[in-house]
Parts: sequence; structure tokens; C-alpha cells
Amino acid sequence: MSDDRDNILARYTGGARVNHWANAIILILLAISGLALFHPGLFFLTGLFGGGPETRAVHPWLGVAVLFTFGGLFVRFVRYNFWNRDDSKWMAHVGDVVNNRDEKLPEVGRYNAGQKLVFWGMSLSIIVLFVSGLVLWDTYFFQYTTIDQKRLAAVAHALAASGMIVIVIIHIYAAIWVRGTIRAMTRGSVTGGWAWRHHRKWLKEEVAKPGNDD
Amino acid sequence: MATLQSLDIKRRSATTETPPNVRSSIEVAKLIDVSKCIGCKACQAACYEWNDLHEEVGINVGLYENPHDLTDKTWTLMRFTEFDNKGNLEWLIRKDGCMHCEDPGCLKACPAPGAIVQYQNGIVDFISENCIGCGYCVKGCPFNIPRISKADNKAYKCTLCSDRISVGQAPACAKACPTQAIYFGTKEEMKVHAEGRIADLKERGYQNAGLYDPPGVGGTHVMYVLHHNDQPQLYSGLPKEPKISPLVQFWKGGFKDVALFGFGLTALLGFFHYVTKGPNEVERKDEEAARRLSGDR
Repeated sequence: MSDDRDNILARYTGGARVNHWANAIILILLAISGLALFHPGLFFLTGLFGGGPETRAVHPWLGVAVLFTFGGLFVRFVRYNFWNRDDSKWMAHVGDVVNNRDEKLPEVGRYNAGQKLVFWGMSLSIIVLFVSGLVLWDTYFFQYTTIDQKRLAAVAHALAASGMIVIVIIHIYAAIWVRGTIRAMTRGSVTGGWAWRHHRKWLKEEVAKPGNDD
Repeated sequence: MATLQSLDIKRRSATTETPPNVRSSIEVAKLIDVSKCIGCKACQAACYEWNDLHEEVGINVGLYENPHDLTDKTWTLMRFTEFDNKGNLEWLIRKDGCMHCEDPGCLKACPAPGAIVQYQNGIVDFISENCIGCGYCVKGCPFNIPRISKADNKAYKCTLCSDRISVGQAPACAKACPTQAIYFGTKEEMKVHAEGRIADLKERGYQNAGLYDPPGVGGTHVMYVLHHNDQPQLYSGLPKEPKISPLVQFWKGGFKDVALFGFGLTALLGFFHYVTKGPNEVERKDEEAARRLSGDR
């Protein structure tokens, strides 16, 4: 029996990986600084950024950075994330998904419905967070909105951020749960068996591509 | 300004535990009798003087308001309204500034521990060294009072001269008023005094004269005697039924605890899923099937 190492597929380019991890690191800093100002019990986290005023000042700039890093991911991956009939079928089997009954699931392309929901959930929350964040960024934009609009923005910002944090937790857990996934984002490749098990349609497309002779 | 001891603090922003409360103090209040005000701005000058604030020289745009709005350096401002009361011109002059709410929206909204405190005597004070300049107090305030300084990113407003009151002095504005339109004393005394003034105004034909002590914010420690208490909006937009916005109540209420609970619950669900269902591992047969697929073509 030959080694599994001779049957691997490229999944993410170096550029995509750098883009993803830049986004992840900034997003975590953004979430920590935001949570510090969100709940009194987490105010101590402002110490990580040099204090309260520094956290207040740096948080919106981290948000701007995330708009660019996530924007990069969006442009790279949006074409793989449009919803299709297979996704609805997959969602109907969500019980089989969480119970690891992979044999009962329909064949999946590059991304499954859960991954697509993460993609669109993140996209939507980041847009809401960015727009409401501008309304709350008093240092530069105080005069452009009314106080009532700022109150609404504060609520929208808190709701969208909470939703996004839940999505990120699910995203991280799914990568830990589904073994062989993390290497896609750290080394750029997955094994053929991983692709067969989780993204069979994608594997078939990749294998059918000219130049994949090995 | 932190001029009173920690034992005198009733409420503290972004703090979950209760401040020490063995000591109780008499609630104070400032009573502004709008019907006696002549608009001389002595109170405004006294405020600058006592607090050592220097407002920039502005531009006259044909209004008596000077400056045009409250600023980080103008903590009290005379606002002038010409009101046509069925042919009679009435000049309604209101001294605007922090109302020192019993239920302060600024304190509720503030995310920085101890940046806003309410003393036992009812005064709401900003403790500048704890202020992070986020402007949440501006969103929390039902009266649009706090202002953020462009120079140091700190929030400023009337302190009700907490430094003077702590040593038994009346606020600078009350001291300077030449017509005694501004009284200072215990909240109960001020209410009693207001009753006399209101009776007097009613006798003079102001049927709707009354005390402005809005219950929506638990009452205030700055109260007005108004000739038209049924229409406080006449006085440069004094809100009729001020209360902390429901949006702020939601944002700063139970939601923030629910959200943290939700994050923890999501992570725990993940952990217990892993413990019960285990990891989803690629099996040997998957690798073999993949190799067959590659070999088949």
C-alpha cells in the first residue's frame, strides 16, 4: 500500500492562506477590543491594547482593516458560495451531518451548505458592522448622523457582532471536528480521502481537470 | 472631577458590584425658576469662572445664544425662545445643562468602569481620568447634554459644582444669579419652594404652570419651574416625557449578558459534540476510493 502523501490535492493558494490568516488575526483583535467595550466584566481586556482610550481609538481602525482582509476573501471565494439545489438537500440532512453519518449525505462540491452559510453570515455581519461602526465612530463622523441613528447603530453593531462571534466559534469548531481540514488552510492541501469523504463532487472535478495525471 | 469620597457613591458606571452604601446623604437639587430669569447670563459667566473654562470667541448669527450650543467648555447655556402666546410675546429663557437624572442614561450607557458616578446626594459626575472618550454617554443621555472634547477626547458636562457642594457651598450659577431664579438646597425643600412659585404663577394667569421633574428618568436633581409645564418643548426643545431610549435600554440591559452566555454556550455545545460524537476522521477506505478515482482516468 502506497503512502497517502502521494495523493494530495491543492485547496488554497499561498495568497489565499495569507489572506485568511491576516483576516483571522485582525478579526480576533477586533473582537477582543469590541468585547472589552461591550461588557463591563470584560473591560480588563482593554489592558491588552494599552488602556481604555487606546482600545476605543484602535478598534475602528481594526474594523477598517477587516473590511479589506475580508473583502479579499469575499472576492476570492464568492464564486464557490452561491446556493444551489444540492445545498438545500444537504441542509435537509443536517442531522446526519452532526452525527458523522457521512455516507447518507449527498455529494458536495467545493463547499457544503454549512460552509456557505458561514461565508454569507460573515459577509452580512461585516457589512452591518462596518456601516454601523462608521455611525459610531464619533472621532471622525459625529456630525453626520443624529443621536437616534447612533443609538440604532449601537444596537445593530452589538447584534451583528454577537452573531459574527457565534459564526466564528462554529467555524473554528468545525475545522477541529472534521479532521484533515486545518491543513487546507495551513499547508494549502488536503488528502484525496478527505476530498472523497467531504467534497466528492469537487474531487471529481479536480481529477477530471487536464494535467492531474498523478 | 472626583471630589467626594467613595463612600458617597451611589452608582458607578460599568460596575457590576454595589458601591459601599453604609452612609446615606440628603438628596440635593437645583431649582431654576424660568419665570424669574432675565437672561443676563451671569450663571453662564459664573460657570466659566468657577470651572476655569475659556470658550472660544464665536460668531454672532443674530441669536442671543452665545455660544450656539453646549460645548466641552460650555457646561451651561442660556437658550432663548420667542413665544407668541395668542398675541402676547413671551420671552422664554431656559438655562440648559445637565439635569442630573436620578436614573442617568449616560451612566447606563458608559462602558468604562467608574467614568460616570452618581453620588448619594444625586449629583451625576464624570470622572475624567476613567473616561475613554467613546461618546456612549452622548447616546445614553435623553437631554443631549454631554460633549466630547476634540482636544483630549474626554466627555464634559455640568458637575452641579460637586466640588463646591462637598464643602457646603451652593453651585456657582446659583450664587451668581441676580434675580434668585436659581435656588439650591435639598430636593424636598426645592419642591416645597416650587409649590409656592407655581401657586403665584397660577394666580397671575399661568394655568399650566408647574414643576418640571420628569418621572421618566426617576426625577431630576435640576428642576425647572415653567409657566407652561404642559408644553416644555416650547423652552428650546425641553423634552416632554424624557426617558432613556428603549434602544439604549436593550443595548445596555440584559442583552450583553445573554450574548456572552450565547458565546459560552456555543463553545460548550461544540465541546460536548466532540466528546459524544467524536471527530469526523477520514478513513482508509476514503483514501483508497480517492486513489482509485485518480487511477481510473
